[in-house]
Amino acid sequence: MSNTVKQSPAVIVRHLRRQYGKRAIIDDLDLQIESGEFVALLGESGCGKTTLVRVLAGLDEVDGGSIDSTGEIAVVFQEHRLMPWLSLEANVALGMNEKTGRLLAHNALGEVGLAGRENDWPRNLSGGQAQRVALARALVREPKLLLLDEPFAALDALTRIKMHVLVKDLVARHQPGVLLVTHDVDEAISLADRILVMRNGHLAASYFVAAETEHGRASLLRENLLQELSVDIYTNESRT
Amino acid sequence: MLPISTTLPRVFDIPDVLSKQGASVTMKDPRHARPAKRLHHLGEKAFFIISWFVPLALVFFWELFSRLGYLAPQILSAPSTVAKTAWNLVIDGALFTHLGASLLRACVGFIIGGILGFSLGLFAGFSKLAEAVLDRTLQMMRAIPFLALLPLVIIWFGIDESGKIFLVTMAVLFPIYINTMLGIRQVDPKLLEVAKVTGLTVWSRIHKIILPGAMPSILTGVRYALATACMALVIAETLATDKGIGFLVMDAREFLQTDVIILTLIIYAVLGVLGDSLARFLERRLLAWHPNYAGDVH
Repeated sequence: MSNTVKQSPAVIVRHLRRQYGKRAIIDDLDLQIESGEFVALLGESGCGKTTLVRVLAGLDEVDGGSIDSTGEIAVVFQEHRLMPWLSLEANVALGMNEKTGRLLAHNALGEVGLAGRENDWPRNLSGGQAQRVALARALVREPKLLLLDEPFAALDALTRIKMHVLVKDLVARHQPGVLLVTHDVDEAISLADRILVMRNGHLAASYFVAAETEHGRASLLRENLLQELSVDIYTNESRT
Repeated sequence: MLPISTTLPRVFDIPDVLSKQGASVTMKDPRHARPAKRLHHLGEKAFFIISWFVPLALVFFWELFSRLGYLAPQILSAPSTVAKTAWNLVIDGALFTHLGASLLRACVGFIIGGILGFSLGLFAGFSKLAEAVLDRTLQMMRAIPFLALLPLVIIWFGIDESGKIFLVTMAVLFPIYINTMLGIRQVDPKLLEVAKVTGLTVWSRIHKIILPGAMPSILTGVRYALATACMALVIAETLATDKGIGFLVMDAREFLQTDVIILTLIIYAVLGVLGDSLARFLERRLLAWHPNYAGDVH
């Protein structure tokens, strides 16, 4: 289809550096995400993943290197961050042209399964529904790069699975480049095309999920990733 | 598939039995069953009736003791006398002249003080520089009880309208200023990040995020200002004046007309209640999104 024409990458990051005082949070990081590519970013707490997302989103400053992106960047945070005083429709259309925004927001709410709730208040939503509106708010501006900062972490297990299906579907349809920050190895495997592991401010490992799972090595991939995150899945007994 | 479906009902039988046992236990236990029942009998309606019965009874006994001669009319006029006085003042139109004069003072003072307080609050809320320029000075001035300004007000403005309006203005300015500034400062920074990410213009940021976010605090300021404005009005109208509720009081004091004095107390109370409903109305309109104000039927 349209993918026969080689699209420009969603984002190209070169030699990125961000430091607080003398401590480098992001240290000489290179990253390229293609349009339509789903990249998951794993890492232990404090490894700099959230800082990376904030820098990419323009919420934090850059101390060195470059970020090149040709299109809009949208973010979904861990909390839904909807304006409690705006209707769902107004929340989704935030920052858009009044006329086109309404129509697009209406469609976007339909896409996340909340058609007919345009004039409802955010307080009437469950956690999963609110996060779906946040997704609609991000996708309605057809971003070139979609940043997902642990968007499912606060949801219960069943809602999370539903959200995985929805996100996969929406990303396939809109084809943004996606960077998903998560703690959940299984989530990363089930959603991503490529999994990156971040450690001490740079990317320490990279796995192509399809290449691993095609050869029936999904569980091996899972083990590898857990080891990268210094999770010891073996007890002392099973190792000996 | 089949063995699962035949074993499943058995599993679900167990909690069913348990719940039946549980129900019979609570029915037999008087400690649990009784209080719940009693509360149910009384209900909201009974409490409502009791809450109105007490003040009505007070008025009844007040009237009764007045008629029996236990309460001298100069000390406390009977409710019926107060009602008669009110009716007479309504008929000759005097009540409306005085009420109108008082309301005009209150409204003009409230509007000037409100606009000043809101504007200063906006400046101080949005700009650190404006806060540095304004806030310390305003906080120092706020420490003065505004009623203590009365002697100065008389020297500055004499005893005409402007002095009275000035006093109400001062009473309104500070609560509105402080709550506007605090409201703006307390808007969730996480929501402001969303504004940045979605590329909101400065104007959209103010009227879609900052002002609605500050609105609960601003309305708290309005509510507080209504109360202080009322107080300022009462004091301001004790200055020499020839119309207004305050004039009615001063005049009545000269001639020991206790009934008129009581009438003005009632008028002030009614004004207070009206001010409060105005605040509630604004809250319902402007904070419909807020869980604390949703479904507020009072």
